[in-house]
Amino acid sequence: MRAPDPLLRVEGLSLATRSGLPIVEDLSFRVDRGAVLAIVGESGSGKTMAARAVIGLLPPGVVRRAGRILLEGAAISEQPEPALRALRGPGLGMVFQEPMVSLNPAMTIGAQMAEGLALHRRLERSAIRARCLDMLRRVGIGEPERCLSAYPHEFSGGMRQRIMLASVMLLEPKLLIADEPTTALDTLTQKDVLDLMVGLARDHGTAILLITHNLGLVARYAADTIVMEKGRLVEAGATRALLSAPREAYTKALVAALPRRTPHPPPAPRGAPMLTVRDFVVTHPGARSLFRRRVPKRAVDGVSLDVHPREIVAVVGGSGSGKTTLGRAILGLVPHEAGTLSFDGADPFATRAARRSFVLQAQMVFQDPYSSLDPRMRVEAIVREPLRHVPELTAGEAARRVEATLDDVGLRGFGRRYPHELSGGQRQRVAIARALVRRPRFVVADEPVSALDMTIQAQVLALFTALQDAYGFACLFISHDLAVVEAIADRIAVMQDGRVVETGHRDDIFDRPRHAYTRALLEAAPRLDLAPSTPVLKPSAA
Amino acid sequence: MRARLNLVIGLPLVAALGGMALVALAWTPYGPTATSIRNRLKAPSSQHWLGTDEFGRDVLSRIMDGASVSFRVALATVLVAILAGTLIGVATGYLRGWTDRVVMMVNDALLAFPGVLLALAIMVVLGPGEGSIVAALGLAYTPSVVRIVRGQVLSLREREYVEASRMIGNSDLYTMARHILPNCIAPITVLATSLFGWAVLSESALSFLGLGVPPPAATWGNMLAASRSYMESAAWLSLAPGLCIALTLLGVNLLGDALRDRLDPRMSLR
Repeated sequence: MRAPDPLLRVEGLSLATRSGLPIVEDLSFRVDRGAVLAIVGESGSGKTMAARAVIGLLPPGVVRRAGRILLEGAAISEQPEPALRALRGPGLGMVFQEPMVSLNPAMTIGAQMAEGLALHRRLERSAIRARCLDMLRRVGIGEPERCLSAYPHEFSGGMRQRIMLASVMLLEPKLLIADEPTTALDTLTQKDVLDLMVGLARDHGTAILLITHNLGLVARYAADTIVMEKGRLVEAGATRALLSAPREAYTKALVAALPRRTPHPPPAPRGAPMLTVRDFVVTHPGARSLFRRRVPKRAVDGVSLDVHPREIVAVVGGSGSGKTTLGRAILGLVPHEAGTLSFDGADPFATRAARRSFVLQAQMVFQDPYSSLDPRMRVEAIVREPLRHVPELTAGEAARRVEATLDDVGLRGFGRRYPHELSGGQRQRVAIARALVRRPRFVVADEPVSALDMTIQAQVLALFTALQDAYGFACLFISHDLAVVEAIADRIAVMQDGRVVETGHRDDIFDRPRHAYTRALLEAAPRLDLAPSTPVLKPSAA
Repeated sequence: MRARLNLVIGLPLVAALGGMALVALAWTPYGPTATSIRNRLKAPSSQHWLGTDEFGRDVLSRIMDGASVSFRVALATVLVAILAGTLIGVATGYLRGWTDRVVMMVNDALLAFPGVLLALAIMVVLGPGEGSIVAALGLAYTPSVVRIVRGQVLSLREREYVEASRMIGNSDLYTMARHILPNCIAPITVLATSLFGWAVLSESALSFLGLGVPPPAATWGNMLAASRSYMESAAWLSLAPGLCIALTLLGVNLLGDALRDRLDPRMSLR
């Protein structure tokens, strides 16, 4: 299977900060022509830095201490910068993680795509244009002519990532480095973009170095995988063997961290729902452009939903499906235009007193643990803040409650720290503690784990379910990730374009999906099916 | 590295000039307004380190006394501008809507005038004196503070922790005071240092034009104004206050840069 002369060979690569902190230690791997190799690891494992070292784009402050990088047998790590520049593009292409910022907002798509061609190929302007149009058509852009003269902000994240891919593949690189290319995208778009990337690469004989923390994607797209932890290579081998029979403890932990369906008792017969949403409509006012107001967009369009006491209802959908807006509107963070909401049989927004009592009983866990905590407050102050509005607690009781809640979320002794001294997972635990310290009866959790690494995700989810068992709050769990939902939800509502297209018990949704959109979502969810029929893409012999 | 250099030069400069102003409150070598006809326009010597002026007053004493006047005025000006500007900026930025539009329209109209021109007009109305300089310069600088604070608040209010505060049930006022204001402190501090430099300069300019602190009280600006007629025969008269103004501005700006680098969270992560 291994060709005698691999496309890329990395030998004993060691990277460190200037102050001597090791980032990558003694990393060796190879990528064959046309093959797909995945580097898997959590944040801080050095996988991104290793990839950046290959393309010679290390950030200032990180230096290569040892090792060689050979592209087609030539040591590119020893070459001067100008030679490297000539290599980037036609030799090595890179797709970045964040499609929202990796295109220049001040340049048209056409100008950006043409840049690389003009630099590396001698072509007439009309030929450049023709190639751009052709490539845009290949990546599934509807009106390529219009796209060339459009600016990046006119496209969604998934579209931008396609455009990014098109402009990189235009130069037909021998090796494409994709650094978490779909982490910022929802499940459906993720599958589209990755299918496209792998397909294009196969057509052009391009090899792919796929950097990701998502084992599901690895199982689907990469023939070989290396696992990294704390800058070191932990395990390497053929993907299927590695995932079905991991040898190292860390790989086992990664595989175990994948959310799995735990047997749930069928929902007990319940009384009246605690929260009832009927025909909810939420409209985003149209963005004002310079001369006219755009038409308002119906983000939530006639949604009805029930949440019973002690129940976790998951709302699932792609980005733009209105699921986040629905959660925020239920809590009154954005006004709803039509429809009724009732909490314990009464409209929580009817009077000031009702609104107040609702706010005291309902809480929210936000998506981004990096912006949901005030950077200038200590953890204990953040967790204590909601208790301001519980006047019957004495100062001593409040302090004990804060301590107990921090204990609950596994952060005993972290009270004196500031948010920036915590990791992402720890921050999300603080956010959960803040939401639960008042013992709310209803919690909206808006993608609470989508910003976290896989193993951390598993821990936070386990914590969340344990706390839900202990305190018995009802929960509206908003997510685009079906795997996460499968692990914890009782019932699932699937949203598309502002409407709920299917509602049902978790097992029914997963095992007997009725709506086409639900089936598409399930199909797109990266899962670790290790049955012999798994379609792992074989590298085509180049 | 550069931040270190800024601090190493800026801090001692500001400290020395500030120390001089403090000392002048209690002691100066000679009385800053004591005249002596025999010692008119004497060049720097061992008795008078910086020479004497056209009334025989000791220039060093007047520089020191002027420093305390200049710094007092500049400090009060900055306090007025920062307090008023922060209050207005936080309120308009957080509340948005009509309040924001009206206030910002007035604010932009004020910003359209050069600060010194605006202060000049106010001084003409109020008449000379320390209090009116503070009022005039304070008003002239408030709009730029409003602009910067409002911008900061606009970005902060979209943070999820501000929404979390609403979800907790906190009032708008509490949210502003507890979550928004503390997170504006860094840019406000940096702005305050640079405003201080501008205030020293503007106060000197006003005094130079005869609209500032009236003689015989000493300020760097009116010393500079008085020295104009003796520029050729007694250069030390203009050199000393001019140099003081320049050094103050340099020191304050370097200190401001150093503070900005220190307070920027992206920098402190290193």
